[in-house]
Amino acid sequence: MTPDRLRLLVPVMALVALLAGVFWMQPRAASYTGLNLLLNLAVPIALATIAQMLIMAVNDLDLSMGAFVSFVACVTATFLNDTPALGLLILAAAIAVYAGLGVIIHLRNLPSIVVTLGMSFVWTGLAVLILPAPGGSSPEWLRTLMTVKPPLAPMAIFASVLIAIVAHLIVMRSTLGVRIRALGGNERTVARSGTSIIATRAAAYALAAFFAVLAGMALVGLATSADANIALRYTLLSIAGVILGGGEFIGGRVSPIGAVIGALTLTLAGSFLSFLRISPDWQIGAQGAILILVLALRLLFNRLEARR
Amino acid sequence: MQDPVLQVHDIAVRFGEVTALDGVSLTIAPGECIGLVGHNGAGKSTLISVLNGGLTPQTGSVGDGPYGIARARSLGVRCVFQELSLCPNLSITENARIAHRDLPAFGWRGTARRIVSDSLDAIFPGHGIDPRAQVGELSIAQRQMVEIAMAFSSPTAPPRLVILDEPTSSLDAGLAAQLLAHVKRFIAQGGAVILVSHILDEILSTATRIVVMKDARIVADRPAADFTQGSLVQAMGSSAKELTARRAQITGDDALRLTLPHGLPFHARKGEIVGLSGLGGHGQTRMLLALHEAHAPQWWPAATPAVTFVAGDRRLNGTFDLWSILKNMTAAALPDLARHGLIRPTAEATQAATWKDRIAIRTPDLQNPILSLSGGNQQKVLFARALATRAPVVLMDDPMRGVDIGTKQEVYRIIRDEADHGRTFVWYSTEMEEMGLCDRVYVFREGAIVAELVGEEISEHAILAASFAESNRGAA
Repeated sequence: MTPDRLRLLVPVMALVALLAGVFWMQPRAASYTGLNLLLNLAVPIALATIAQMLIMAVNDLDLSMGAFVSFVACVTATFLNDTPALGLLILAAAIAVYAGLGVIIHLRNLPSIVVTLGMSFVWTGLAVLILPAPGGSSPEWLRTLMTVKPPLAPMAIFASVLIAIVAHLIVMRSTLGVRIRALGGNERTVARSGTSIIATRAAAYALAAFFAVLAGMALVGLATSADANIALRYTLLSIAGVILGGGEFIGGRVSPIGAVIGALTLTLAGSFLSFLRISPDWQIGAQGAILILVLALRLLFNRLEARR
Repeated sequence: MQDPVLQVHDIAVRFGEVTALDGVSLTIAPGECIGLVGHNGAGKSTLISVLNGGLTPQTGSVGDGPYGIARARSLGVRCVFQELSLCPNLSITENARIAHRDLPAFGWRGTARRIVSDSLDAIFPGHGIDPRAQVGELSIAQRQMVEIAMAFSSPTAPPRLVILDEPTSSLDAGLAAQLLAHVKRFIAQGGAVILVSHILDEILSTATRIVVMKDARIVADRPAADFTQGSLVQAMGSSAKELTARRAQITGDDALRLTLPHGLPFHARKGEIVGLSGLGGHGQTRMLLALHEAHAPQWWPAATPAVTFVAGDRRLNGTFDLWSILKNMTAAALPDLARHGLIRPTAEATQAATWKDRIAIRTPDLQNPILSLSGGNQQKVLFARALATRAPVVLMDDPMRGVDIGTKQEVYRIIRDEADHGRTFVWYSTEMEEMGLCDRVYVFREGAIVAELVGEEISEHAILAASFAESNRGAA
């Protein structure tokens, strides 16, 4: 078994264990409707996790993910609904801004954490300007897309699989994906081969912004309206999802399939704790405990692997 | 004569006050293997960086027209670096995608797999490496093999000049022989190779021409047949410079001991200055860190530390850039300057003033930021920080890198003075004359101590002879 597969084993086991726990607590959840209710909010989280993963693949961290997804949600619920052309233009500009951030971070040798933390206030500010109070409404086609009822399995499962496959193709199979991961693995090697580091980093940021835009749109499709603070918790959820899914903060070690599984696990963890009748006051702490448990398991696996 | 593969003419490279290359000219013709030898800091690595396009010399010309990484690659110049430079998180195939920009856009995995496999098969028959494996899983030797194989392979135009910087450093004798045989085949087919190695046998047996560098210049450039091991070692060293005389042999109790996994054991007596020499990166820094690890408290600072450390790379792990000179100087001795956990400002100021005078730090005010000082004076502050502690042992990791000669003399005097008062110094240096100040010198090669030189035995020739293995790992 390759180390990459071994890495995927822990998140898969965590997901299976949580699903089993949920079904045991609440057998009615093991149905088409039940699964859809449990997992449909995982779709935007999975997209945001893929976005965060792309940033982490180049050894950076995006602390503005939640604010940016909220901003996109506000644009989607207003401009994209009322004047689609203008809405698309704004979203395209936002992606261009992200690419620019990648360039600035590289050229000025700035810590990505500081830059994105600063940007998070910019995105939140813009979101508040667009939607001072919760409101707006989802474009009809988006609503239809997110509430589609495919045969066999609910939309959330199809969407998660699709996201995992597309992200896997881009990040693990394409030339661009290899370059992005190489940048995280050994920047000097990339420079010595004559590949532009700036262009690669900018591409990673732009690609991340693209997935984050999809996350914001998916969220509005599910929630039907938006709010400037709708996705603030996505910042930490997305980072946790990447790590849970076998990714690392540095070294360009990421797994798109793992990231999607990580996002599903985090979503389920919330429901599982509700079923356990743990009061919401304790839920965040309990969620953290689950995270620590899974990471401890992974550490154990890494040790075993190193001893081999 | 055929057109040269690459020609450099009268190039000079300076890093600040240090001259790394000084008027170097070299013509590389097809079908030759140039053996490049020289001691640390002779300019080998800088020359390789220039040839590779990664460094632009301040004066002189490389090839014709502007030269850079892209130009070097289009001319067919490839380089295998001394420190391994593959991405550990990628598979071999994916690393080939990074190295070879001329792979096809689609179906590159198949092509990359094929050329890397073919090249590995050609150079290291029976290698047993799967090109789909992740580089992080491979052993060091396998990584080096892959890197070499990638340099000799190409999806389109074959390489014309391959630069191998210590390519056999992690290969065993059999693999090294396979590589050198391939180098000979490659040059027979009209390719050119530059081979850097600390194993003189490899150079003498493989190279057609040998270029010796010393003090940023080429001092000898002759056919390999004109050299013997003895004459090569002699060409690298300076015959004129005599190392300073030293004291009578020190006897007394051991202040430090460390048994290394291979080679001779290490020990240092009280009041002794022990030098660590040999080529850079052969385990000296690692041993200093091991000594520090073994003697420094791990959790809580001890009232009297057993060892203190002077870092060589001061920007990386020496100075606190945002602090004043005073804070930088007293940082290691704070327990002595504090009462009930609070620092006494007067005691701190007194100690700093004492050391400012003793070590002659040139600043009007110790409250100035550390970066207001010149590099040499910053280094003196680091010395003062270490010497101001009560630690009986001082570990020094090539601390004089990039320091001017005047400062060096002052620091040498203080080191000698402190040693006379019973302090022990363990001193790793890449500079030959500093070894002349030591009472005893250990020479490192491949992570082990291979020679111990005492008193009069310490000479540049003896150190060079021990750092360059005469043969290919003997019977290994």
